[in-house]
Amino acid sequence: MLSLIVFLPLVIATVVALVPGIRPAAARWVWVVISAAEVVLVGILWVGYEDPGPNKLAFDEQVPWIPGVNSSYHVGVDGLSLPLLAMTTVIFLAAAIYALKNSDRPRTQTALFLFLEGVSLGVFVSADLIVFFVFFDLSIVGMYFVIAGWGHGNAARSALKFFLYTFLGSLALLLGFIGLYVFSDPHTFDILELVASTPLKNDPVAGGVVLTAIVVGLAVKTPTVPFHTWLPPAHTDAPATGSAVLAGVLLKMGTYGFVRIAMPILPEAWQNWAWPIIIVGMVSVLYGALVALAQSNLKRMIAYTSVNHMGYIILALGAVGLVIDDTAQARSVAVTGAIVQMVSHGLITAALFLLAGLMQSRAQTYDMDSYGGLAAPAPRFAALFAIASFASLGLPGLSGFIAEFQIFAGSIAVAPIAVLALPGILITAALFLRALQRVFAGPTQGLSIGFADLHGRELWSIAPLLALSLLIGIVPQTILGVIEPASAVLVNIVGR
Amino acid sequence: MQMQPMLLLPEIITFVGGLSVLLGGSFIARHRQWITRIATAVALLGAAFTAALAMAGPPQTAFSDTFAVDTATSAARVIAALTTLLILGVASGELAGAPRESDTYALLLFATTGVMILAGATDLLVLIAGFLLASIPLYAIVGLTGGAAGAEAAMKTYFLGALSGIVLMLGVTVLYALTGDTGYTRLTQALTEAPSAVVGVGVLSVLAGLLFKAGGIPAHFWVPDAAQGTGVTAATFLTTVPKVGAVVAIYRLLTTVSAENHSWLTVIAVLAAASMFLGNLAAYWQRDPRRLLGWSTVAQVGFLLVPIAATGRSDLALPSMLFYLGAYALANIGAFAVTAALPTLREVTAYRGLAKFRPGLAMALLVSLLSLIGIPPLAVFVGKFTTATAAWDGGYGWLALVVMLNTLLSLFYYLRWFGTVFSRPSTNAASLPSSGGATRWPATIAVIAAVGSLGLGISAGFFWDVLARSIPS
Repeated sequence: MLSLIVFLPLVIATVVALVPGIRPAAARWVWVVISAAEVVLVGILWVGYEDPGPNKLAFDEQVPWIPGVNSSYHVGVDGLSLPLLAMTTVIFLAAAIYALKNSDRPRTQTALFLFLEGVSLGVFVSADLIVFFVFFDLSIVGMYFVIAGWGHGNAARSALKFFLYTFLGSLALLLGFIGLYVFSDPHTFDILELVASTPLKNDPVAGGVVLTAIVVGLAVKTPTVPFHTWLPPAHTDAPATGSAVLAGVLLKMGTYGFVRIAMPILPEAWQNWAWPIIIVGMVSVLYGALVALAQSNLKRMIAYTSVNHMGYIILALGAVGLVIDDTAQARSVAVTGAIVQMVSHGLITAALFLLAGLMQSRAQTYDMDSYGGLAAPAPRFAALFAIASFASLGLPGLSGFIAEFQIFAGSIAVAPIAVLALPGILITAALFLRALQRVFAGPTQGLSIGFADLHGRELWSIAPLLALSLLIGIVPQTILGVIEPASAVLVNIVGR
Repeated sequence: MQMQPMLLLPEIITFVGGLSVLLGGSFIARHRQWITRIATAVALLGAAFTAALAMAGPPQTAFSDTFAVDTATSAARVIAALTTLLILGVASGELAGAPRESDTYALLLFATTGVMILAGATDLLVLIAGFLLASIPLYAIVGLTGGAAGAEAAMKTYFLGALSGIVLMLGVTVLYALTGDTGYTRLTQALTEAPSAVVGVGVLSVLAGLLFKAGGIPAHFWVPDAAQGTGVTAATFLTTVPKVGAVVAIYRLLTTVSAENHSWLTVIAVLAAASMFLGNLAAYWQRDPRRLLGWSTVAQVGFLLVPIAATGRSDLALPSMLFYLGAYALANIGAFAVTAALPTLREVTAYRGLAKFRPGLAMALLVSLLSLIGIPPLAVFVGKFTTATAAWDGGYGWLALVVMLNTLLSLFYYLRWFGTVFSRPSTNAASLPSSGGATRWPATIAVIAAVGSLGLGISAGFFWDVLARSIPS
């Protein structure tokens, strides 16, 4: 089942790439149909999912790959990965519908995005470090071509920067994986076996080195301060669909790596390094928010809010490493908040980037000061943008609130200093309100004049993302029921 | 004290094949020279087949312990023979109907024989024989196929090769003088009793000679010049096949000398790091794709030396090295074959927009270059991560770090190339040569090599089992 979900898009991508006779319209619809099928498949998965219990995975599949180094094609899902799997398929479907009007090499684009969808799903189901790395690295290659091929502005340069930076991260990650293999006994790359055997438990120095390599690798991808500098140019110059996938899905690979690999395999090192990680998270929260506040380019602003939102996740996960008695409950809440934040940020930011992409395609600029009073000619556009902004700043009733409330409730209980990150929410609120005011309020002027409102295809692409955010906000139990058992397990493992 | 010449069947087939192509080619009309090409291919296939059969059997030695037939030799033979077969395909584009066609094929076969002997030699004198047999035909190939620019390349290769040969023989002489023996098994013991400074001179000299063949520091100068100056057949061959024999020979030498003295492993680790850094940094600003690939092969030799530093300390060392050799050979041939299919493009910038006009060739180049970088699941990735693992497992964690750093460094110049290929075509894109004609063969080889890189990476487990089955001590 999982292999079908991962390899269906990969196989179709190969077919689409190899058959030059496919007509543009057919190619675009292939993308929509396949990504819709993926949503259905993951839906079936979700319905049939039962919590597998500690250090086990549901829908487990294992086939030997390189037995000589104990690496196997091993996949499975649990409460940490299933929500991300679902989010990924939804975002790709939204991007597919959004791109239905694209006339720029649609066949190649379909192949590339289906390829990206397959490898992204592959990252979230991997239960073997090398398989994880394979998909992780391929996502970089795929995204490089998306930015370089369909971007605008200084796309080639931004794509190069993206590739070099994130490839550096993935190499650090590989080095860390090799370290885990070398220090594990028996030598293995299997994540579950590594979690069970906790290599490096009694070696704080080597454990610290290996954790540093893995954390740097994941932090580049996440990204956190100070490894975030690739993000703004990549987002600004990427096409709207590319930005949505990059922010919505690819960034989650970094944060997901923490909960899947770094924390459970190296619990002791994670505890030792909890404080630096908390501080990096808090700095990311505040720095991301402050820099976003200073932007006049809308897309750059959204990009920096990603740094801010990822900071919350790092903060929460760092707090989990502070093993204080009687706080297991609070730490479990923090993990749950972090996972919800990954899903919530994915949905909301994908919607924001797709909306921003419409500004580029209609008026060729993201500069907020070029617009004004946009709510009058484009009320639907304004409404969706406002909902997305409110969701992003954490308004109750939307998914961002559920996530951030749990993150702070859990983190402050173990690390009261996390209060210092609260202004991040305030600044985010300020910057989104200011953006709404600059672009949508006041008399209609500048490029707003004659700005066409959202029509069917665009609405169908973006509105469902926000509807899901609303669903999580109003009925959080839909997703929390899946995540909570897995969070409790993770907290247990880290507390060993 | 047995001769057992049948153990050398792959070498014999290759060499006899070379002789018959040389003689037969002299009596065949120019337009029928394709017969010699088929004869060459048959000889190589026969050698690969018999070598693969030998792999199934137990490790043996021939000619009184001077030649080992074990997994390493068999793997090197298979890789060398199949690699040369692919290069034959590249050559078909360049040489079909050329006046020196059959001569070149014969020389390729002779050099391949030398490479195989180099890989299996467990005696210093056999090592010299293998070195010379692998080198001398190479000088001729570089000169024959290079035209005017090839003359300089041939001179440089010849002078450096002759010097390295002399240094190698000097080293052998010193070691023989110290121990009174040239066989590896007896050298292992005898060297411990000899004065270490003199042993150092002897081993370093032999190592320097072998590094010339491999194209690594400090005898690497000839590689980029030869890769750029000579014809594409010679360039592909000399950056691929000799490395197979030389790296295995270095592995055997190191197994011998490091048994009692682990500092030799550090020497190899330092040489590996130096080769990687120099090759990658020098490749940065190259504009000619073949010169760029030439420097990239210098860096790749560094990667290939990494597992040797873990000799005797990690079970992964030998299988990962052999796997990397095969993976590297495929990826390197793929990239060179693309330059052979586009012989008029001698600047990286000229490749702009290739993806639009020749998508198949562009994809083949992309896969080969991504494999050379070490992007999973392509073959070199498996080689790279297993060699780095072997190094760390063997106690050289810093070498694993250097491998990762250099992988990042290498990304930049490979990306500069394939980024150009996939960028939007410039206005005068009509200058891109169209497909068909003599370049059909190299284009096919490029695609085969790219598919091979992917297939070898995905089915890595199977090949790994074959390579790791019997690890000679």
